[in-house]
Amino acid sequence: MKILKIFIIMFLCIGFSYLKSDEKHDDLKNKILKNIRCLICQGQSVYDSESDFASSIKMIVDRKIKEGQQEELIYDFLKEKYGDWIIYDPELNKNTYILWLLPLLLFLLGGAIIYKTIKKKNE
Amino acid sequence: MKNKFSLLVVIIFLSFCFSVFYKGLNYSNIYTPNINDKKKISTFEAKDFNSNVYLNSEKIFEEDIFYIVNIWASWCVPCRIEHPLLMELSKNQSIKLIGLNYKDNFDNAKNFINEFGNPYDQIITDNDGTLSIEFGAYGVPETFIIDKNKQILRKIIGPINKEIVEEIKLITK
Repeated sequence: MKILKIFIIMFLCIGFSYLKSDEKHDDLKNKILKNIRCLICQGQSVYDSESDFASSIKMIVDRKIKEGQQEELIYDFLKEKYGDWIIYDPELNKNTYILWLLPLLLFLLGGAIIYKTIKKKNE
Repeated sequence: MKNKFSLLVVIIFLSFCFSVFYKGLNYSNIYTPNINDKKKISTFEAKDFNSNVYLNSEKIFEEDIFYIVNIWASWCVPCRIEHPLLMELSKNQSIKLIGLNYKDNFDNAKNFINEFGNPYDQIITDNDGTLSIEFGAYGVPETFIIDKNKQILRKIIGPINKEIVEEIKLITK
């Protein structure tokens, strides 16, 4: 009985350690899939979508991670095939300057107005 | 004076917002990837439909002529519509038609070809849909015109029509 218990504990330990090693791969895969837009059901990420296109992309991403490719390389591959729009998180380039800088400009402008108003009130 | 200036700023801002949204009304909210970029086809390995032998893309596109890659499936209704046009294109000696059978059952695909005719010089299979991603496709049917330098000249999303057939004939002349 004691031997059986030891075997069960050993089996569980081996089982959990296997899960743990796979977790890292799954975390990265899910992170990437959540950042890819499904082109069939637009508005949904590939992670959420069950379309044929999404299932193929899931396979490609899985294969590329297993090949040891970095996250950025996988994004570059998809951007080359489908354009920047396929990635939810747009990078800073000449087409996205306004997108990235406008909130910052508005924030600075708002801050300046508040600062000026407070200064005026104190005076 | 100050109030007038504020009012002017508000009016300009609202007009700007209005013009942006008004212009946006005319745009389709469905994104299609840029289809006019000339890209070289990637190298890949694909299974031949009839022999089940794996072929390298360099072997498939080895000749110095124009290639048409058509993604099709027996379950795809628009593929049946465009099939007679592909049969017409297959008579053209200056091009080679490659069929990419997408996520299909072998028997159904075979029956489709037997029933409607085989326009393809070669058929390769894409059982899991990953090969069509190498071409930048996301649906079926899709057609690619590939030039002698193995660059994708044109990509047609959806079934081809008579105008496209004429265009292909003109390009590959």
